[in-house]
Amino acid sequence: MRKFVFEALITLKNGILDPQGLATQKVLKRLKYPIENVKFGKLITFEIEAENEKNAEELAEEITYKSLINPVLENYELKLLKEIEA
Amino acid sequence: MKAGIIVFPGTNCDRDAEFALKMAGFDVEYIWHDFENIKKYNLVFIPGGFSYGDYLRAGALAKFSPVMKEVERYVEEDRGLVLGICNGFQILTEAGLLKGALTKNKTLKFICKDVDVKVINKETPFAKHIKKESLTIPIAHAEGNYYIEDYDYLKENNLIAFEYVDNPNGSIGNIAGIYNEKFNVLGMMPHPERNSLKTLGNGDGLEILLSIRRALENE
Repeated sequence: MRKFVFEALITLKNGILDPQGLATQKVLKRLKYPIENVKFGKLITFEIEAENEKNAEELAEEITYKSLINPVLENYELKLLKEIEA
Repeated sequence: MKAGIIVFPGTNCDRDAEFALKMAGFDVEYIWHDFENIKKYNLVFIPGGFSYGDYLRAGALAKFSPVMKEVERYVEEDRGLVLGICNGFQILTEAGLLKGALTKNKTLKFICKDVDVKVINKETPFAKHIKKESLTIPIAHAEGNYYIEDYDYLKENNLIAFEYVDNPNGSIGNIAGIYNEKFNVLGMMPHPERNSLKTLGNGDGLEILLSIRRALENE
């Protein structure tokens, strides 16, 4: 078995209200920064054991889509960061 | 009539639910979240709180508890009614038993106050014995902003149960509660169990629980 490290970057879909982003933006604007479209997201990293890279990627995809995100609200980008010593 | 209240780690409205369900005439038992046999209950109540600390997203981790697989089967086989309040509503949407999702209040604040909700679809066991047109029920949530891409679908299929008179959290179409297509699941953000007596407000919350009991008895 080999071990792979993944990173899932989760962001809200367009049109979903992001009050954290809005509140932050308001404050930054008050400080006179020329800033727009502040949006918050989540970064989740995890390690998976798998036979090979392809299996690891399929598993990571399944975990992210079925458990880590809510497809009604969120988009995601999944990246394989590296392989580590198991 | 037997009601089971599901308790997850982090649930905190279970005892209010027990009190209110008893007021409505149910025999009440608690169901721990890893319990797997819920067939004997006429009503399964998923109360509010912070299941699994609301980590990941509100209600997201609770859907993996063994009891939720059973709730799915219970709904599919039409064993009885399922009522999810607040975090219970969030769990039901996360589990896919109800459509849409709940996200952060547009104000970014936790809101705790009494609100008025209109009863929209009265042709269901949950609402058919409610006499009033609108009910005063408390809300207490940070993530009660209901969202669905296909709002028209809910409207056309009469799946909207309650609408806020004065939208507190930004929900699409003022939605405060919705049904599933079989009308055996209701999820709502307001807490009827917190207004089940005149001493606690005006007792409007009990109307919903009494309607459920009467409907179950008359079946």
